[in-house]
Amino acid sequence: MVAYEITVEGLKYQYGKIKAVNDISFKVIKGEIFSFLGPNGAGKTTTINVLTTLLPIQKGKISISGFDLRTQPDEIRKSIGIVFQNETLDWNLTVEETLEFHGRLYAIPKKTRKDRINELIQIVKLEEKRDEFVKNLSGGMKRKLEIARGLLTRPKVLFLDEPTIGLDPNSRMRIWNYIKKVNKEGVTIFLTTHYMDEADQLSNNICIIDRGKIIANGFSEVLKQSLGMDVIYLQTDQDEKTFKIIKKMKEIKNIRKTPSELMISVEDGQKNMPRLIEQIRTQGIEIKSIYLKKPTLDDVFIHYTGRYFREEKKKKINI
Amino acid sequence: MRTEFLTIFWRDMLKFFRIKAMLFTSLIQPALWLALYGISMSSNFDSIIPKIPINQGVIQVNYLTFMAAGVISLTILFTCLYSGITLQFDKEFGLMKEMLASPLPRSHILIGLSLSGIAKSLIQTFIILVFGYVLGVRFFNTFSLMETIFSVLGILLFILLFAIGLLFLSSTIALRLKTHEGLQGVITLLSLPLFFASNALYPITSLPLAIKIISYGNPVSYFIQGLRYFTLGSNFYSFGNYYQYSSFDVLFALLFLLGFAISTYLFALRTIKKVKIV
Repeated sequence: MVAYEITVEGLKYQYGKIKAVNDISFKVIKGEIFSFLGPNGAGKTTTINVLTTLLPIQKGKISISGFDLRTQPDEIRKSIGIVFQNETLDWNLTVEETLEFHGRLYAIPKKTRKDRINELIQIVKLEEKRDEFVKNLSGGMKRKLEIARGLLTRPKVLFLDEPTIGLDPNSRMRIWNYIKKVNKEGVTIFLTTHYMDEADQLSNNICIIDRGKIIANGFSEVLKQSLGMDVIYLQTDQDEKTFKIIKKMKEIKNIRKTPSELMISVEDGQKNMPRLIEQIRTQGIEIKSIYLKKPTLDDVFIHYTGRYFREEKKKKINI
Repeated sequence: MRTEFLTIFWRDMLKFFRIKAMLFTSLIQPALWLALYGISMSSNFDSIIPKIPINQGVIQVNYLTFMAAGVISLTILFTCLYSGITLQFDKEFGLMKEMLASPLPRSHILIGLSLSGIAKSLIQTFIILVFGYVLGVRFFNTFSLMETIFSVLGILLFILLFAIGLLFLSSTIALRLKTHEGLQGVITLLSLPLFFASNALYPITSLPLAIKIISYGNPVSYFIQGLRYFTLGSNFYSFGNYYQYSSFDVLFALLFLLGFAISTYLFALRTIKKVKIV
């Protein structure tokens, strides 16, 4: 049986009349990295703020680590760690003091606090910056410090709101590695991001949110496959003849001819490409080059938001 | 008992001693008030005010000693009113999110800050006492040792109530206003009537009616009343005025400050419980 760390049912959140989150439900499996993917203003931060008890719950049912958000918010606060989207550090404290302050806020006993601070400073490789003021750290270091802070309470779930926003590619990679490492230790990660590559890199389970609604939810590979849109790019010595042959194949959804190559849309490309090659070869046609492009999460997103927008339009016409 | 408020206190004190410019100015400012305003005014007043014949056994207090209590109140007033700005900055720069998302009860933020307000006020008062003595301020002049000890305890109690009342007041304002620029304006504006419509620098008796009314509802007046009682005694002459404080007066002042502290605490608590960070 699958154990869930977070379950959200029918969550709604409104700022006045604006529906920031409009009836969403999802589940996060214990021990996974769960990505909440969507463009800016989709409702990601509102969701994370409700989940982390920063905003009051308006409608819906949320349970985190077995605690009910309405009745046991303090229990939830103790069992989660948070890295906020914007920096939330006191520039006049040192790295160590920042962690010390956090540990005291959560009333972690002194001995445990000291041990964990030492351990975390090592993990995020800030040993040399231990007594450095936060204001003198680079953007990447500040983020690492915030992640370390989020882990200080040994949370069951770590919430990361846009963890690599505004960081250079190198720092992003490093932060990704830390996130993976933390996850391997058994911490469930709830991540929001508007970077497709980030969601793809880090997590299996992805929830795509747009305009306060979940438009797709599932494992990254499943989402991509659900598009059924692998594309095979093919160059042969007789493009005209090839075109006619493969047009007859029932697996092929669509073919387009460009001056240099054929673009073939096909379901389950990995399986169908060998058959395609066989068909063409038996007709004595020479293949100059062939490659398969799997859809990315970008394609998934465009696909789903595209459909979403069209549905929206239809509704308006009906009214 | 939960002691997380000590964390808030710890951080605020750490910053108080760390940010050298803040530390330096907050310690030098009261001394400058005494040295510049106090000395210049008292050299004028003490020559202008005729030496009215005074009753036997009643002491004559010089102006510098008289206004030293005013300088203490001024210093605490400014320190505590401006301390609320910390909350505004925390809110604006996101730090408050960390606190609000933690299991820390929100009241602890207020209690922690008020502790550091008290600590700062005591440090500053001590400096004024020492520096004032050098300049010629004579407190506890006719007191016995026991009376002095009793007075010091009384002063501590008054400072405690006055400081936390002001701190809760400024916390409430800080949490309700959106920008720290606006907050600075409001605090400065507020500090003027609080300080000048009081008995800090002159007796209330001869003030115009409107200002008199304000000063009777002003916690600063009652703080100073208590402070003068505990530093100068229950009856003395100063500034051409005969001062007599009964035990009832002092008790009333104490209750007024207690009421001030409790009501501002309730306001602040209500405000901080409603704070939403988005």
